[in-house]
Amino acid sequence: MEMDKKLVIPGEFLSDDVNLADEGTYVEDGKVFSSVFGIASLKNHIRVVPLSGKYIPRPGDLVIGIITEVSFSNWIVDIRSPYDGLLHISEFPRRIESQDMSKYITVGDSIMTLVRDVDPSMKVELTLNDQRLRQIKEGRIIEVKPSKVPRLIGRSGSMIAMLKNETNCNIFVGQNGRIWMTGKDKDLELAVKAISKIDRESHISGLTDRMIKFLKEEKSKHGKESEKEVEKEEIKIEEVVEEEKPAEREEVEEEKSGGILDELLGDDR
Amino acid sequence: MSKPEKLIENGIRLDGRKPDELRPIKIKVGVLNRADGSCYFEFGGNKVIAAVYGPREVHPRHQQKSTSAVVRYRYNMASFSVEERKRPGPDRRSIEVSKVSREALEPVIFEEYFPRSAIDIFVEVLQADAGTRTAGINAASIALADAGIPMKSLVSSCAVGKIDDTLVLDLNKDEDNYGQADMPVAMTPDGRITLLQMDGHLTKEEFSEGLEMAKTGCLAIHEMQKAALIEKYSSQMEGDINE
Repeated sequence: MEMDKKLVIPGEFLSDDVNLADEGTYVEDGKVFSSVFGIASLKNHIRVVPLSGKYIPRPGDLVIGIITEVSFSNWIVDIRSPYDGLLHISEFPRRIESQDMSKYITVGDSIMTLVRDVDPSMKVELTLNDQRLRQIKEGRIIEVKPSKVPRLIGRSGSMIAMLKNETNCNIFVGQNGRIWMTGKDKDLELAVKAISKIDRESHISGLTDRMIKFLKEEKSKHGKESEKEVEKEEIKIEEVVEEEKPAEREEVEEEKSGGILDELLGDDR
Repeated sequence: MSKPEKLIENGIRLDGRKPDELRPIKIKVGVLNRADGSCYFEFGGNKVIAAVYGPREVHPRHQQKSTSAVVRYRYNMASFSVEERKRPGPDRRSIEVSKVSREALEPVIFEEYFPRSAIDIFVEVLQADAGTRTAGINAASIALADAGIPMKSLVSSCAVGKIDDTLVLDLNKDEDNYGQADMPVAMTPDGRITLLQMDGHLTKEEFSEGLEMAKTGCLAIHEMQKAALIEKYSSQMEGDINE
């Protein structure tokens, strides 16, 4: 662990300078104490990043939600938090009628959404009214602990950029610890492996180096396997020539949506 | 066991401890995967497991508070935790222990951070040997920290009592049964008392002296709680280097 970081428990004394107190701390008698069990960083601001805990929504968070209910004018969305998210009909990008709501988004659908507002009683309002937001219709969603999200993204997005690069997948990390990925099946598999490794080991130092090593090893393993499989696939293709055309069309569509995803992820960080 | 002639002789108790000595403690953090936070705690012959869930939605709904979280604490003794089978389910005693234990932890939890939600604490006593409520509180406070719940500090707890006119720390079963007084105490490391009960009789002087002994005991336990939490992550780190 770096010099300015240390593992602290709730109630541990951190500093005499009240002005530096930030998240994960509380002030009493002019002193700063840790309020959670986590890793304290003492440079600039004093903050403690908890090692576990639930996702608590905040305005401006980009999250991935799953619709649990469609009511008269709201979609009720599970955002993996103690509080349900509310997506009002007026926050849909287009004007739609109340009775048509479930034609557009229905129970079980996933959406990439933005926390628009959270009031003091923790009523969470969501929106889809933003260029970056959309319904999720393809790819895979996996979950990590919400406390691991900062490590998964890395310093100014370095970790996630590396992952995207090495796995050839589009990866979007929701603040609530849900992750949306699109790409080829093989690549997705590698990405899932890599992300669950981060989920397990993010508190151990030297994470980035280990991840690079891990990805290299996995790839060289798969490199040999996939060469063999390519040969097999070629044979298969000859057998099913007739089915090729619809498949091609599908691929084009995939690429297109991937492109949009890339754009919106580009301006995310 | 029938009443022994003497519970303490030449400053040595029946189990070989000195009057101000705690029973051996063993702590393991994060023993349950499904819970948000958990802890296994051994306090002499006591073996308890604590699990924490939350903050999560409140069911039944009418219990929810609009400006803060509700903390619910369930203390339960397994039917096999004592020699004579304990009838399962809540009874007068376990409801009382649940209440006082909840109140021992509530002052340190930042409840106002999570309005309309519930923080559920479950403590299961697997083996009882006097002082299960203190063991439960110690375990629950670690499990809360493990669940990432914001707190002012941990809470540590132990009992003092009087046997054969001598004040002793952390009574065991026989000392509890045949002693003259038992006083469980829970407090934060800076000395704020969150639980204080007593049965039996102590003089004013004994009470003050006993409280000081309990304070020393709680501080020792606090250090062990802290070490156990840090252990959880440092042991993982070592494990990975070995891989």
